[in-house]
Amino acid sequence: MFTELTTSVRRSKLLDLLTGPHGVDRYTELVDPTWTRGQARARVVAVRRSTPRSVTLTLAPNRAFAGFRAGQHINLSVEIDGRRRTRPYSPANAESDTHIELTVGRHDGGLVSTYLYEQARPGMVVGLDSVAGDFTLPDEMPERLLLVAGGSGITPLMSMLRTLRARGHRGEVAFVHYARSAHEASYRDELAQLAAAMPNVTVRHGFTRTTTGSQLAGRFSDGHVLVDAPQAVFVCGPTDLVDAVRGRFPDARHESFVPPVFDGEASGGDVMFAASGVSVADDGRPLLNQAEDAGLTPESGCRMGICFSCTRRKSSGVVRNVITGAVSTPDADDIQICVSAPVGDVEIDL
Amino acid sequence: MTDTIDIRQDTQNDTETKPTTLTKTVGGRTITLTPEQADEFGRELDALKESIIADLGERDATYIRRMIKAQRGLEIGGRALLFGGIFPPFWLAGTAMLGLSKIIDNMEIGHNVMHGQYDWMGDPAISSRGFEWDTACPADQWRHSHNYMHHTYTNIVGMDRDVGYGILRMSPDQKWNPYYLGNPVWAFLLMVLFQYGVALHELESERIASGEITIAEKRDILEGIWRKTKQQTLKDYVAFPLLAGPFAPWVFTGNLTANLMRNVWAYMIIFCGHFPEDVQEFSIEETKAETRGQWYFRQVLGSANLTGGKLFHILSGNLSFQIEHHLFPDIPAFRHAEIAPKVRDICERYGVPYNTGPLPRQFATVVRKIVKLAMPWN
Repeated sequence: MFTELTTSVRRSKLLDLLTGPHGVDRYTELVDPTWTRGQARARVVAVRRSTPRSVTLTLAPNRAFAGFRAGQHINLSVEIDGRRRTRPYSPANAESDTHIELTVGRHDGGLVSTYLYEQARPGMVVGLDSVAGDFTLPDEMPERLLLVAGGSGITPLMSMLRTLRARGHRGEVAFVHYARSAHEASYRDELAQLAAAMPNVTVRHGFTRTTTGSQLAGRFSDGHVLVDAPQAVFVCGPTDLVDAVRGRFPDARHESFVPPVFDGEASGGDVMFAASGVSVADDGRPLLNQAEDAGLTPESGCRMGICFSCTRRKSSGVVRNVITGAVSTPDADDIQICVSAPVGDVEIDL
Repeated sequence: MTDTIDIRQDTQNDTETKPTTLTKTVGGRTITLTPEQADEFGRELDALKESIIADLGERDATYIRRMIKAQRGLEIGGRALLFGGIFPPFWLAGTAMLGLSKIIDNMEIGHNVMHGQYDWMGDPAISSRGFEWDTACPADQWRHSHNYMHHTYTNIVGMDRDVGYGILRMSPDQKWNPYYLGNPVWAFLLMVLFQYGVALHELESERIASGEITIAEKRDILEGIWRKTKQQTLKDYVAFPLLAGPFAPWVFTGNLTANLMRNVWAYMIIFCGHFPEDVQEFSIEETKAETRGQWYFRQVLGSANLTGGKLFHILSGNLSFQIEHHLFPDIPAFRHAEIAPKVRDICERYGVPYNTGPLPRQFATVVRKIVKLAMPWN
């Protein structure tokens, strides 16, 4: 066994030498784009447009994809007109599934969501960058669980529910989904099947615009809580839904796909967008917002610091992360401009 | 895409100097460019560049991906054929394919990718920061010496180390000494060993020889060169031959010849970029208060093009469009062919000479220069 190990190590070092300096992946991917050891990629195997404003993709990931925990998101990369674009999406499939299921909501004016809605087709290869997020099920599962989903925020919660089914979970689970109408509610049939198959699971829908078929009236309220004294509450959806649920359950775990608005106090410095030759007086908001107001159009994605699409080089100055509060060094550094606000003078390569 | 023209911040003192009218004598003709003309000249070229940048997209991405696929195919095919190199047609075809693969990897792909020409794609494998090329020179050292030093200070004697590479006398403004009697010999050796010459460039051996810096200060550079050169040498001259077992000699000679092919070809193309007859050098004095338009002016006068067909341009890494490359180093080089007529027209209207010619003729003038400048009276 020892000789086996050393020969495989030696063989891989030899392979790296022979394929140097580019590396094995740069050759194997020319045969099949998913044949990469160092990069997680996936082939689209099915595309479903089950609602007018969303598209569901089924992806077969390559071996470099290490899996995810229910509720986490992955950064999906696609190439649009020669440019790689990255956006975070939460898989809706169970943790243990071999395929990844993403339901992408189509945003008006959204570059990637519109592209995927219009152009996604089986055979397409996409990149899967970092898996991240701490919106996950606890290690010790509680007896009474409440899952509240708003709109496309249903995806991480579907992943949680399906994972619980795969595990044979017996505890009480209440699942509430708010959508604009029955027509636009993703996964309605699947949820009905789940509720039928698992007696411990209760599913209710609330339709907020076209109320036909709605089981819950209006917006989230105490009457919508279907399980007594839930020990864990998870909510994912628009900010007002998240706020309403957290108002009732302060310890609720939450996630919002909508980028939050960051206001701040001006630090008294100037922001120099060096590559554009534009300079503005800092107003305390993230650099992305200040750049856009100055007429510039830097790339952005999630606008909340997780997809890294907006990464730019800060050549000098100190910035503060508006989410974590962390303050950077004054040296040259790559920063995510959507969540970085200046502290004093800042020069950025933009 | 950034347009930093970082001129001389480290060598000049803080005296304010007004932009002046530039005068150059090219081939017996005197060219002048007033500051106002230079501004206009610069604006027209800027507009041309913007129009290309606005057009970048799938077409460019497809081009570079196809080029990469072709190069890797030539590489695998060439190496595979060389395993059967005992059979002469296999050796010839294998060597030719491997040589072509190295030429394309170094020139049309490597040099251009490392200029950031495809950074806008956001693909880390085709990004200037990550790319490493099939030659002894470490990519990070190349990016510093070439992208920054050479392209910013192009043809300024005393600042652009590509004027002579520290071992040749390529300008009459370089002071003669008896070492330069061997100019043609050093030039020939550089040509044959070009990949190592390029690899050693950041070492600044001429400054070590003159005592200006010590080799200890260059330790990191030396380590980088050693690491890369070692990998390349092991790959081409040890690992692949050994894998061929009894056919090792044919793989070895094939690889050696392929590297030599690349060395000679790259050397010829590169030397025709800035050394043919009538290409201008500049002094630190006359470029002290350079404006953007005047920077463009220096790039045109300090560069020369080569004429040829589409395949020739690809194999030269589009360095046959040296002028366009020096004006716009960060747009995909294959675009130069389409903008060259517009650049030529702009130059004509401002009376700026545009140096171009076929490879044999341009290279002959380079050889003549090398021999001439070996003599103390030139």
